[in-house]
Amino acid sequence: MSKRVTFREAFRLGLHEALVSDPRVVLIGEDVGAYGGCYAVSKGFLSEFGPERVRDTPLSELAFVGIGIGAAMNGLRPIVEVMTVNFSLLALDQIINNAATLRHMSGGQVGVPLVLRLATGAGRQVAAQHSHSFEGLYAHVPGIRVLAPGTVEDARGMLASALREPDPVLIFENAMLYAMEGELADDAGAVELEHARIRRPGRDLSLITYGGSLHKALAAAEDLAREGLEAEVVDLRTLRPLDDETILGSVRRTRRAVIVDEGWRTGSLSAEVAARIAEKAFFDLDAPVQRVCAEEVPIPYPKHLEDAALPSPERIAEAARATLGERHG
Amino acid sequence: MSPPALPEPEVALEWLRQMLLIRRFEERSAQEYSRGKIRGFLHLYIGEEACAAGVIGQLRGDDPIVSHYREHGHALARGLGARAIMAEMFGRESGCSRGRGGSMHLFDASRHFYGGNAIVGGGMPLAAGMALADQLQRRSRVTACFIGDGAVAEGAFHETMNLSSLWKLPVVFACENNLYAMGTALSRHQAQPELWQKAAAYRVRAETVDGMDVLAVAEAARRAVEYARAGEGPYFLELRTYRFRAHSMYDPELYRDRREVEEWKARDPIALFEATLREAGILDEAKGQQLRASVDAEVEDSVAFADAAPLEPLSNLLEGVCAPREGR
Repeated sequence: MSKRVTFREAFRLGLHEALVSDPRVVLIGEDVGAYGGCYAVSKGFLSEFGPERVRDTPLSELAFVGIGIGAAMNGLRPIVEVMTVNFSLLALDQIINNAATLRHMSGGQVGVPLVLRLATGAGRQVAAQHSHSFEGLYAHVPGIRVLAPGTVEDARGMLASALREPDPVLIFENAMLYAMEGELADDAGAVELEHARIRRPGRDLSLITYGGSLHKALAAAEDLAREGLEAEVVDLRTLRPLDDETILGSVRRTRRAVIVDEGWRTGSLSAEVAARIAEKAFFDLDAPVQRVCAEEVPIPYPKHLEDAALPSPERIAEAARATLGERHG
Repeated sequence: MSPPALPEPEVALEWLRQMLLIRRFEERSAQEYSRGKIRGFLHLYIGEEACAAGVIGQLRGDDPIVSHYREHGHALARGLGARAIMAEMFGRESGCSRGRGGSMHLFDASRHFYGGNAIVGGGMPLAAGMALADQLQRRSRVTACFIGDGAVAEGAFHETMNLSSLWKLPVVFACENNLYAMGTALSRHQAQPELWQKAAAYRVRAETVDGMDVLAVAEAARRAVEYARAGEGPYFLELRTYRFRAHSMYDPELYRDRREVEEWKARDPIALFEATLREAGILDEAKGQQLRASVDAEVEDSVAFADAAPLEPLSNLLEGVCAPREGR
């Protein structure tokens, strides 16, 4: 049995379960309590779980992320919410110099079982300081795990799995997904974090993507299907460590790849995926790898410019056709 | 104000032993640096020994300590052992952080010693977080967080003071104000050089202490730890001290006057404490020599141990970035 739920509801179910099932879990962040979360994900939690476990913070990203790290080192399982990924830059020092580093630098003595939730992505006309996608930046760093749920099942279940990890996990929630709906099984729970998933099988090319872009890729695949092209859609899910096996397996079958990433092209996660394909599946390719990324500008405010800066189903379909070259010229 | 009280003789002698051990360990580390056995950055604690002995002596063994990059003295006072620390600085696998961290990143989780943080102020939120975990789990521990005067200019200081105060976290911030942020004098890096006032502005109980007088440090630290342990909230100690040596081994000390250094050396915390103990009849010539001989032997042993210790095999390079995943 299943039901239609929004991503917001799915995230909320995951958070609620975490707070119910483990007394060591605390939720820390700006406006997570009295306000109910800026995306209403934790609405009602303050009265249900109390101010010890649902902790509103001052606007001090560096300190409350660092406090989450220290608390994780000392027996709690903190879930720290950073309102948008842009604000996480204020805490970058703590995330990279401490959370990602402490286990190795201490010779394995100190673990940081911290979960960070970050809203990411553009599309709401909130301009250049609330719209960026830094998943690729964080995926650059050893010592952390980077997750990007693109389905309600993952939105519901990745948190529970992340809380079982002994090391820091960053969960990127694309803000455009909160209001979107999907089918969630009644018995949905923790999900595995090791593998990418094929969300739509296809023989002609691979669309490799994650998070909010997954739905654009699926829409593009629908359009391509009407033209008789069967695109396979690979949802990366875990951006660090990448699941090479599933990525390369798909590319070896379809022999063509388009990578869709809402981050900027230069030095992006899409560049990493393309490099791995070039390193390990070069001779299986029938066409150069294509990428559809955000344009290299700070995300602009006006809707027409913002739309033009972002991957769209049209741009994805166009890149897909390009990989098919003469066959589909 | 009456002079701070002396503790029991054996406690007093233990503090002196720790201060002598730190001094000798640091002198010997400088030699090993010159020999090329220790590399990277090496920040010596000479002159500041009373801070480590005075504060850590007031903690329980399970009270967490989070420190900065000039932390050899704190590690020694917590009992990490000269061998494990020297081996760490030699980059050996038997070092307290398996050789992965070196001088600035001494760790021993079994002794609740959590670094060695080389980002100035970077350990402050960690300390507050450790204190939050103890508070929520109803453990009566107090976290001690050592910082320097330089950290007071970091955003981490202000954010952490505010949050620690709001949440009444059981943490004692021990600010070793040695008057220089690397080579920048306090008056050139702080608009308000009375550092304790900045903590007080966040309604954190704060006081300033003579950091060259171990008894004064110990007495203030006792007040601070009791206050935090009683659930009253954080406490800030500004320990006025001085480093006798350069900032690191690369520092030509162009920014300070030799006379200033000599004036502070006249208030050497070890000499001051020895004089007090002699006057009280706790220390005599023989006992003093015995203590020095014992710390000399301990430090020499640590160098021999570190020199003989094996390097970690290259095949381990990628180990310990994340926890092993077997069985999950």
